[in-house]
Amino acid sequence: MRASLASLRFAARQFRRDARAGELNLLTTALGIAVACVTAVGFFVDRVERGLEAQAATLLGADLVIQASHPLPETLSELARREGLRTARLVQFRSVAILDGRPQLVEVKAVGAGYPLRGRLEIADAPFAPGQATTSLPSPGEAWVAPRLLQAGVRPGGTIGLGAASFRITRVLAFEPDRGGDLFSIAPRVLIPLANLPASRLLGQGALAEYRLLLAGSPEDVARVRHRLAQHLAAGEKLLDVRESRPELRTALERAGRFLGLAALLSVLLAGVAVATAARRFATRHLDTAAILRAHGARTGFVVRGFALEMLGLAVLGGTLGILLGVLLQWGLAAILARLFLAELPPPSWQPAIGGYLTALILLLGFALPPLGALARVPPLRILRRDLPLRPVSRGLTFLSLLPSLGLLLWWQIRDAQLVLTVLGGTLATLGLLTGCALVLVRLLQPLRTRAGFAWRQGLAAIARRPSASVIQISAIGLAIMVILLLSVVRSELFEQWQHSLPPDAPNHFLINIQSDQLDDMRTFFAEHGLPEPRLYPMVRARLLRIGDRPVRAADYTSPRARHLATREFNLSWAGQPNPDNRIVAGRWWTAAEHGQPLLSLEAGIARTLGIALNDTLTFRINGREKTFTVTSLREVDWDSFRVNFFTVVPPGILETEPASWVTSVHLDTAQRSLVAELVARFPNVTVLDVAALMQRVRALLDRVALAMELLFLFTLLAAMLVLLSVIATQQDERRFENALLRSLGARRQRLLHARMAEHLVLGGLAGTLGGLAATFVAWILAVQIFHFPYAFSPTVTLIGLTLGIVVVTTAGLFAARRFLDEPPVATLRRPTLYR
Amino acid sequence: MALLGVSGSGKTTLLGLLAGLDVASSGQVFLDGTELGALDEDGRAALRAGRVGFVFQNFQLLPGLTALENVLLPLELAGTASPRATAQDWLARVGLAGRMAHHPRQLSGGEQQRVAIARAFAASPAILFADEPTGNLDQRTGAHIIELLFEINREQGTTLVMATHDEALAGRCDRRLHLEAGRLL
Repeated sequence: MRASLASLRFAARQFRRDARAGELNLLTTALGIAVACVTAVGFFVDRVERGLEAQAATLLGADLVIQASHPLPETLSELARREGLRTARLVQFRSVAILDGRPQLVEVKAVGAGYPLRGRLEIADAPFAPGQATTSLPSPGEAWVAPRLLQAGVRPGGTIGLGAASFRITRVLAFEPDRGGDLFSIAPRVLIPLANLPASRLLGQGALAEYRLLLAGSPEDVARVRHRLAQHLAAGEKLLDVRESRPELRTALERAGRFLGLAALLSVLLAGVAVATAARRFATRHLDTAAILRAHGARTGFVVRGFALEMLGLAVLGGTLGILLGVLLQWGLAAILARLFLAELPPPSWQPAIGGYLTALILLLGFALPPLGALARVPPLRILRRDLPLRPVSRGLTFLSLLPSLGLLLWWQIRDAQLVLTVLGGTLATLGLLTGCALVLVRLLQPLRTRAGFAWRQGLAAIARRPSASVIQISAIGLAIMVILLLSVVRSELFEQWQHSLPPDAPNHFLINIQSDQLDDMRTFFAEHGLPEPRLYPMVRARLLRIGDRPVRAADYTSPRARHLATREFNLSWAGQPNPDNRIVAGRWWTAAEHGQPLLSLEAGIARTLGIALNDTLTFRINGREKTFTVTSLREVDWDSFRVNFFTVVPPGILETEPASWVTSVHLDTAQRSLVAELVARFPNVTVLDVAALMQRVRALLDRVALAMELLFLFTLLAAMLVLLSVIATQQDERRFENALLRSLGARRQRLLHARMAEHLVLGGLAGTLGGLAATFVAWILAVQIFHFPYAFSPTVTLIGLTLGIVVVTTAGLFAARRFLDEPPVATLRRPTLYR
Repeated sequence: MALLGVSGSGKTTLLGLLAGLDVASSGQVFLDGTELGALDEDGRAALRAGRVGFVFQNFQLLPGLTALENVLLPLELAGTASPRATAQDWLARVGLAGRMAHHPRQLSGGEQQRVAIARAFAASPAILFADEPTGNLDQRTGAHIIELLFEINREQGTTLVMATHDEALAGRCDRRLHLEAGRLL
């Protein structure tokens, strides 16, 4: 006990002294940055999670919802009403509205009396004016529209054409409780009365729409009805309750959390390298203290406890600073991302702060303790024999000890052992590759020295003299530059290149929900306007029930995509010939003689996901009846062609009697775009999807996610700069000596400055080039392997990397060097030599 | 000239002041007619470049540079024409023609001090300060180094100011000054 108290007193004194001497600055900053990144993500995810929980019922607009892709039978609402629940109905779908003669994709929500059962609508008189809660709904013939729709210049009082009907815009819809964030909304909302829906003729047979029956009541009633309703549900009808309120938001949040968490861990990794480097220096500089303590009778335990307690103090200090910074950073994340999930977020809670302190502790334990172990082993004889060889703190051991801590932090963020190993392996491989490249680059510099002038030779010599330190600096900065480039320059470049890779006449509009009796009129419309004859594809909605004898259940699959596919409805199409951009990879396409037989051609990717093999039988429920097909071919589909394609195709002569809707795609040039309004006026139920507008929307979403990632990766760059600074700090004595010696030989400040600049210019240039080349390499892999288009190499990425590297490293390097430049050189006379 | 005195008598401090590596808290130091205290750090460095050479007890070579690059330093700082050839000549003169591309850690103590001597004389300084130049060498190597130092000094006509506690070595100098507790005796 007394020993512990003595250790504590020693640790407190030592902490004060080290803090005053600036020995702890780098360690604290590195810890702070790591903790800031982890807690910022923690705070943000926690806020959205608590928001989702608190607003669960509001987010459904009800306590319980039955959702289907077909109209829900009246019996369900009667049953609920008999049990004492309130009910309301709504239908939502995408359609093209006509505003001022211009077509505009919108998300229509037709609501019946009582909507919403939980939460309130908010309306306003002008776009973006503060909303007022209301219990009323648009009257017949009226529409309330999202502010986004009114930006085009339309004002309340104007009209909006929807299908065969037109509506007067009376209010701006400021807030819908059950909308959530804009992550899943492609187009602005138009709210109309359910009673007006039939007259608009917007929904034909097989039209893509979501029908919802909202239910609310006392918890007991809801629980009872939930149980009873579950037995009455038909295929394709799904019950949603507050516990699983908005599963898509939760899944998205989980993914965003993991993704941001991984991004944060990159900063943690680099900050960890800075911690390890700084701790190594700390340990080396405290060897004398440890030796004096040992010589005066201190036991190993006392020395270890003393320094461990000092580190604990550091964890608290760095953790606290990091948490405060994390709170600031999460405001940034929330400002960029929150609206994707929820309209309003609760304020941050303090729970993620615990995670912040844990991160600081794990970092110090894993990254700083191994170097500090050297303090326990220092021989007391060192105080008598200064030349006694020290057992240096092994750099290899230091960095090897990072692995368990990094693995632990990773597991904490993503909770998936397989993924942890993959990410750990991937990170190590990337770092290994970068390190290898950096080493080669440093070696390649050697021959340049004989040809360089004073400043350059000094700079190159400084890099070559400490190859491992230089390589660590180059790799760390290179890694940070790579991720930043990937997110900014490479991302938009890939997008542009992909768009340019599409043939200029690739279809840019999809026409969906065409009814069977409109086919001839549609062909005539195309002919009248000089468009090529459309290829119209039928589609029949069907639910996959069984693969062979095995029922298809979402619970049987682990991958989210397979789960999604198992619950969604398939669109079965029929065709005599495969589409030209389809390639049969297994089995064979049917002959004319086989038309009318229950055969099926399946897209190869979906077959893999759902575990379906050639010759398997698939049973679908189509329009209430079961039909079984045999898989006779697997196809690979070029989805990038933007032509209409289907996962499932059957021969002609089987489904023609089923209710079908038709779909086609067409290329409209700029002059022809006005045809859309005409087409919608002529075929009110047909929805026109403008690919360019959709892509723009997707891109805007991606931009926001990327912006949030960039914000986090700025901290990665800061962490990388700390690695640079901590390595420079370990060389502080050497650099001071070099400067003093050059000074004594007559070098002016400017020449010293030039030499330092040359060193950092080369270091930064190498790091930036490496980061740029690595980003280009990743872009090439993404383009060719994932997105399947030829990648056009451009030097821009590498040039930007080079510039970024030079600016960052030179700034940080000169910042670190500023102290030595003005010191008088007298020290050189008194120093012992640096090497033996 | 030899500065003699026991350890702590102030030899190195005086040497530092004479060379302008440190500034006197009172009094004046003139080097080549210029008062050092009136110059800033850069001014003193400029005054040293090409005029002042050093040989240190601990050799003080830059570890990242080769022998040749170390000798090149003062030549480049003084702006000498064709510094490389001059540096190579000097290394050959101190017997290190075959070790020019070696780094200090690849050289013995005696060899390192030879490089330091080549570096000290390369820019033809008017004055050479030597601080215990044999202090870190064994007796035999030390004797060789001293021979070399005096020989070159004679040839070049350089003023040599040497701090030492070795009376025999000091005896070879024209003038001897004794220091004790910071005062000249």
